[in-house]
Amino acid sequence: MKHLLSINDLSRDEAILILDTAAELARISDGPMKKLPTLRGRTIVNLFAEDSTRTRISFEAAAKRLSADVINFSAKGSSLSKGESLKDTAQTLQAMGADAVVIRHPASGAPFRLADNQWMSGAVINAGDGTHEHPSQALLDAYTIRKHHGKGAKDLAGLRVAIIGDILHSRVARSNVLLLTKLGAHVTLVAPPTLLPFGVESWPVTVSYDLDYVIPQVDAIMMLRIQQERMHEIFFPSAREYSRYFGLNRDRVNALNPKASIMHPGPMNRGLEITADAADSARSVIVEQVSNGVSVRMAILYLLLGGAPIEGGIN
Amino acid sequence: MKTVLPAPDISRAIVRIAHEILERYDGAESITLLGIPTRGAHLANRIAAAINAIEGGQVAVGTLDTTMHRDDLRTRSPKALLPTLIPPAGVEGRHVVLVDDVLFSGRTIRAALDALGEIGRPTSVSLAVLVDRGHRELPIKADFVGKNIPTSRTEIIKVNLVEVDGADEVTIAEGGSK
Amino acid sequence: MSYLLKNATLPNGSKADLAIHDGRFVAASSLPKDHQVIDLAGKQVLPGLVDLHTHLREPGFEESETVATGSLSAVRGGFTAISAMANTSPVADTAGVVEQVYRLGQAAGLCDVFPIGAVTQGLNGQTLSEIGAMADSGARVRVFSDDGKCVFDPLIMRRALEYVKKFDGVIAQHAQEPTLTQDAQMNEGEMSAQLGLKGWPAVAEEAIIARDVLLAEHTKSRLHICHLTTAGGVEIIRWAKARGIQVTAEVTPHHLLLTDEYAKNYDPIFKVNPPLRLESDVLALRAGLADGTIDIVATDHAPHSSESKDCEWSVASFGMVGLETALSIVIKTMVETGAMNYADVADRLSVAPARIARYENHGQPLEVGHVANLTVVDTAAKWIVDRDLMSTRSKNTPFHGFELPGVVTHTFFNGKLVFGE
Repeated sequence: MKHLLSINDLSRDEAILILDTAAELARISDGPMKKLPTLRGRTIVNLFAEDSTRTRISFEAAAKRLSADVINFSAKGSSLSKGESLKDTAQTLQAMGADAVVIRHPASGAPFRLADNQWMSGAVINAGDGTHEHPSQALLDAYTIRKHHGKGAKDLAGLRVAIIGDILHSRVARSNVLLLTKLGAHVTLVAPPTLLPFGVESWPVTVSYDLDYVIPQVDAIMMLRIQQERMHEIFFPSAREYSRYFGLNRDRVNALNPKASIMHPGPMNRGLEITADAADSARSVIVEQVSNGVSVRMAILYLLLGGAPIEGGIN
Repeated sequence: MKTVLPAPDISRAIVRIAHEILERYDGAESITLLGIPTRGAHLANRIAAAINAIEGGQVAVGTLDTTMHRDDLRTRSPKALLPTLIPPAGVEGRHVVLVDDVLFSGRTIRAALDALGEIGRPTSVSLAVLVDRGHRELPIKADFVGKNIPTSRTEIIKVNLVEVDGADEVTIAEGGSK
Repeated sequence: MSYLLKNATLPNGSKADLAIHDGRFVAASSLPKDHQVIDLAGKQVLPGLVDLHTHLREPGFEESETVATGSLSAVRGGFTAISAMANTSPVADTAGVVEQVYRLGQAAGLCDVFPIGAVTQGLNGQTLSEIGAMADSGARVRVFSDDGKCVFDPLIMRRALEYVKKFDGVIAQHAQEPTLTQDAQMNEGEMSAQLGLKGWPAVAEEAIIARDVLLAEHTKSRLHICHLTTAGGVEIIRWAKARGIQVTAEVTPHHLLLTDEYAKNYDPIFKVNPPLRLESDVLALRAGLADGTIDIVATDHAPHSSESKDCEWSVASFGMVGLETALSIVIKTMVETGAMNYADVADRLSVAPARIARYENHGQPLEVGHVANLTVVDTAAKWIVDRDLMSTRSKNTPFHGFELPGVVTHTFFNGKLVFGE
């Protein structure tokens, strides 16, 4: 495995390996060995053409705990915002000796262009491309679900997960659908019809418009952020109507199975897709998702970069 | 393929090593045994059991994975991690005894020393191995040895343990290239 | 120079010798002694190909293509007439600009370059351009199109359809409902949902075609639909023709072969407007071209410089070049599959387009007295497309590396050999 551009790049075994490696790294990183020498001498560039504090810091922390050197290249004030092309940016990074580029970009497919075109020779890790995918988020979500509900199993067979919200524009939803089903979970998508992708009937999921019907049945519920911009594009009549039918509020939290987990990739619109007491409830694992993210990203970096440079192939 | 250490000899070696360790450190209280997975960890557990049978009590025992500290990482694909479990007694100010199945080039032990250094500062570190087959590439020595078995570089030593391989046995065979 | 072309296979399959002198076909007996003999044994001749949809980028975007380089690309592809779309800079919405483009074509001297005039000023979709002036100009424009953009206002479309009746003109519509396709990147389907790219739904094309054929019926005018891409669109046109509506339609070579699956790796070489669609659309388009529901093949040759394709999909330009691969793609998708013969090819790529646009010297029978516009193709030969060896100034062909059948060996324009030897 040379790049991580999409969950489709991973076999089921490779995905499980990432989760197992993350579990071990979480344990030693929190306890005995805070810092590991494994990626000493490697340079990892965070190429964030789209604002994101959370994901960027997570990758940075992961890289540094593995002793890699980190260079941050973010959109504001960079040459990218002044119109430098992706190609020129990539060639600059290559000249600086980047072993890997963690890229977040507003254009779907930008990481593919970096990986395919040979503008640079390092590994490419997709940290979120447009509305396409966000593989490391899905991996940390799967890790979180497995940790709480896996009962020691390697995968997520038999677990029921619901993803609620703007599926149409969500890269988190796409990656999660691919990964959760790959690991054997049963996925239900809940959204107004205007926010479901064309052809979703052919996805290996159940689709529902009725959140209250779905809620009592799930082991984990993942709330997606509704962007304010969508209001103007007439996907639903008003924020109030959206919250009423698709928001997670106290009544719905009470209707959840007491052991079910409440998840959100962040950042949250408190009051829109999720109320404050839902976000802060005892069942919420939203904060834990963030720390799990560092371990999962350490696992990804180790498995992509921790070995011989040219060939991929995980043992 | 030839058996160089049959099951009864392995058991006796473990009991002898347990006695030697207790002798050196004057009892079990200050010792932390750390086995290097996979087979070193099982051997560490057996040595711990032997020590407990002799002294009573529960000697501190755990595992120390060396994968992330190997010096040959760049030449092969990344390997899956094995568990590192440091017992509650920790390593700080303790006599750590590393346990592995075979001592060969010494690089695994060097990696273990690096890993140990990240965790804390033991009072001392010593090494117990079931088999020392020679051909050191680094200045590393074993303090407690089950059996010294001289080998050529191309021969293959295989330690089989009941916990992993179904039976206890150490074999030697002609190899090809390494 | 005069020519005797021996052993040519005519579009109807029969064999003949063709003699060319002073720009026309003549009887072999009236050839001057000093003439060149070319043996065309085994080769297929067609009337010079006519493209009704070419983007020549001059004036304004000469870094991508000029009238001269476009003409060179055209004759390599066997075209003796091309039609320059109006979305240049400045837009071809006045007599001045269309005459300029016409003169540039004459100066290049390789093929006829017939300018197409914009329907609305500056392609603004709101005010008609000086259609009459362009029709009367030295360029004698008869085809009008806002291609690149849709004439979306039904009232403007009605007025344009009515107005061009004065001089037997035709409005060529780029069918794309703008509010349904804002910022659209590729066909709306399972592929776009998977790739996270905004979709361009088929209904946005079909709805405009449905509206416009009904308008053409009401105003009793001629309508031409550019680059048809949907099975639904083919059905609507079939229905309209059955009712006697004067509608004609074109399909591009790339829509006869490629589907939205090609977008899988986000390579913008496959980004085009209207987009590549489904296998079922490809099959419906081929059937429509075979049975004549679709009247012609037109290339929609759209050169783009490499910066606008060497980037991420969403910022890349739409379009593919096509003059040099068009005939080969038609042979591959229609002749080799048995759907059409060479008489059909001559009709769809020469006779019918010339008739729609009223190009008098093109699409004519290969008989004594007619102007000698002629294409010779070695149908048994194969070639591998190499974008660096093409004559077009831009390299954005989706077929780089493809092996295609049919090599154009000679192109004659007004009796002159402008390509081949």
